[in-house]
Amino acid sequence: MDQFTLNLIFVGITFAIYIGIAIWARAGSTAEFYAAGQGVNPILNGMATGADWMSAASFISMAGIIALAPAGGYEQSAFLMGWTGGYVLLALLLAPYLRKFGKFTVPEFIGDRFYSGGARLLAVICLIVISITYVIGQMRGVGVTFSRFLEVSTDTGLYIGAAIVFAYAVFGGMKGITYTQVAQYVVLIIAYTVPAVFISLQLTGSALPQLGLIGDHSASGVAFLTKLDQVVTELGFKAYTSESANMLNMFLFTMSLMIGTAGLPHVIIRFFTVPKVADARSSAGWALVFIALLYTVAPAVGSMARLNLTTTMWPASAAGNALDGDALSYEARPDWMKTWQATGLMEFSPGYPLTDKPADVKIREGVVAALGANPAAVLHMTGADGVTKEIRAEGGDAAAIDAAIRAALGEGFKPRFLDRNGDGLVQYYNDKSEAMKATAASKGFAGNELSKVDNDIMVLANPEIAALPGWVIALVAAGALAAALSTAAGLLLAISSAISHDLIKGSINPNISEKGELLAARVSMGFAIVVATYLGLNPPGFAAQVVALAFGLAAATIFPVLMMGIFSKRINKQGAIVGMLFGLVFTAVYIFVYKGWFFIPGTNMLEDVAANYVFGISPLSIGAVGAVVNFVSAYVVSSMTKEPPQEVQELVESIRIPKGAGAATGH
Amino acid sequence: MADKSSSNAYWKANIRIIQISLVIWFVCSFGMGIILRPMLKGINVGGADLGFWMAQNGSIYVFLVLIFGYAIVMNRLDRAHGVEE
Repeated sequence: MDQFTLNLIFVGITFAIYIGIAIWARAGSTAEFYAAGQGVNPILNGMATGADWMSAASFISMAGIIALAPAGGYEQSAFLMGWTGGYVLLALLLAPYLRKFGKFTVPEFIGDRFYSGGARLLAVICLIVISITYVIGQMRGVGVTFSRFLEVSTDTGLYIGAAIVFAYAVFGGMKGITYTQVAQYVVLIIAYTVPAVFISLQLTGSALPQLGLIGDHSASGVAFLTKLDQVVTELGFKAYTSESANMLNMFLFTMSLMIGTAGLPHVIIRFFTVPKVADARSSAGWALVFIALLYTVAPAVGSMARLNLTTTMWPASAAGNALDGDALSYEARPDWMKTWQATGLMEFSPGYPLTDKPADVKIREGVVAALGANPAAVLHMTGADGVTKEIRAEGGDAAAIDAAIRAALGEGFKPRFLDRNGDGLVQYYNDKSEAMKATAASKGFAGNELSKVDNDIMVLANPEIAALPGWVIALVAAGALAAALSTAAGLLLAISSAISHDLIKGSINPNISEKGELLAARVSMGFAIVVATYLGLNPPGFAAQVVALAFGLAAATIFPVLMMGIFSKRINKQGAIVGMLFGLVFTAVYIFVYKGWFFIPGTNMLEDVAANYVFGISPLSIGAVGAVVNFVSAYVVSSMTKEPPQEVQELVESIRIPKGAGAATGH
Repeated sequence: MADKSSSNAYWKANIRIIQISLVIWFVCSFGMGIILRPMLKGINVGGADLGFWMAQNGSIYVFLVLIFGYAIVMNRLDRAHGVEE
């Protein structure tokens, strides 16, 4: 059976399961639609929360980000600690009290606790910005996974994904989503850990990747991490375990991710679905168990994939020193490299883009200079039917080389391999490293020839790199889709409940019937899916940067206001509104200064480089500071204004005590 | 509903447990994983140092123990103060 058929079977079976669950778990009431009727077992809720939380970014990208980071893998531990440590804050500071409060949405708590429709509205706006930002990435992930594994276009993949989410989210609401997420969790965790176990066995002999990471490398007998550090530093890269260049920034980045996680509305609402307060506490623990299964494996997946990639590029490094032998020959590259080269995620040539964008002009000049600098240098181009063309400088000047490449592009040839020193081998090393320059010159290297390895390859190509059987590859495809779809559904529910419950029932039409509200919830869910699909098809250029804004906002607005609402009786309406506004404005402005006002390219006031950051704090890490701004300003304003009314103080007293939580109500 | 003084005592005990838990949370992640890593260089864990391992794996295990520990201690506290469901 060929790989395509296998992928189709695996993805088809998982989708049939999701649809089956959707039919079984239709929601009949608003309580079922918003909070699954509060009857979800805490362990199942933990699994669903795990699937909800672990997105396409966690599944596909995180291990690659850790493996390939120029600053070394250790610095990226911020993701590992940040995206798990937030659950401690949720379990201790938010989940039990919000469950006791017993309503359906985060803005509803903020509105009631701060007796203010304005505060509720502000919370709705933050929630929608955060969730929409997130959902774009998920829809994109669905489309990309489809196109890579099922040979359909990215757009078609996106439509199929949107239709599946529509089927179970609109009809099942939180109930359908929760039980589907349980199934998706099982698929995604098997897909992530099975290849990791195989690879850990191959490299370290340990079946547990967590132990493999700190075990010994079988082929060389030294510790695995020592081997990895030695291999990558030999090629001029920074060691995987090297220390952080900026400890303050790493600290604040980790903190922003933690309190951002605890402030994300689609995560918080998961804890409204369990029967009791005690279940909310343990459910956060179960959620972290299921998340930790992936997150403790991720550094092993990343570091092992990095070693496998390097030993493939430099065969001698498998047992000894990389530079003792020759680099990989381009013609003899393994099949998986050809597959990923075809998708553009792995490249041996910087390409030859013809637009006038400064970055593209620079790429073209680089290629022309590389050919001009070394008489042996060759640019291999491939046309239709695999015909190849070799372009050399051959004494020509820059203009002649440029014209020759353009002519070949015109005939349909595409640049495939820029052989900078003309030896037919692919030298993969850090050509920006000063320490590497002398070695490179003595060996006759003329620059790094593996021009692109996308972060996403590390997980997606892992089974192929390790030569695992075809069903494992099919499983990874199904797992990546499960990760993206489950997160998308959770986000869409958070958006739809904010619209139907907080906006329509909360302010526009408070007398709406339960049936009417349920219909409104379904319509707004359908609307949210259409918007998300549109944005997935036409992603705003700033999609990647907006993630900083989502975490920053969650950290600087929602988390502090929820925590103060529970732990202080003194924080009043004025304090909460001023705190949220200051946190929001401070965080957004700091991000806009480096990323452009409202992310419009070219409007940034300072270049987005570390040298310009205040105390080296990157815009990604500013959310933690924004949270402090929120806390301080809310405290100062509250102490200068009137204390909250008696009934609000009694509300705070009551949410602090588990007794009498009962069923949640919408009123 | 329990009387006012009992619920105050319950809340004070809860705050104390949260404070202790958050100190452990901070020391194991931000402390050993980031700030104190240079000081823990001498302690070798499988080819790297303790701080590195805490940042990549160890802190996550501590988070798990903390959450379940908190759930168990609070269930006991709920019963002792008669505020359980």
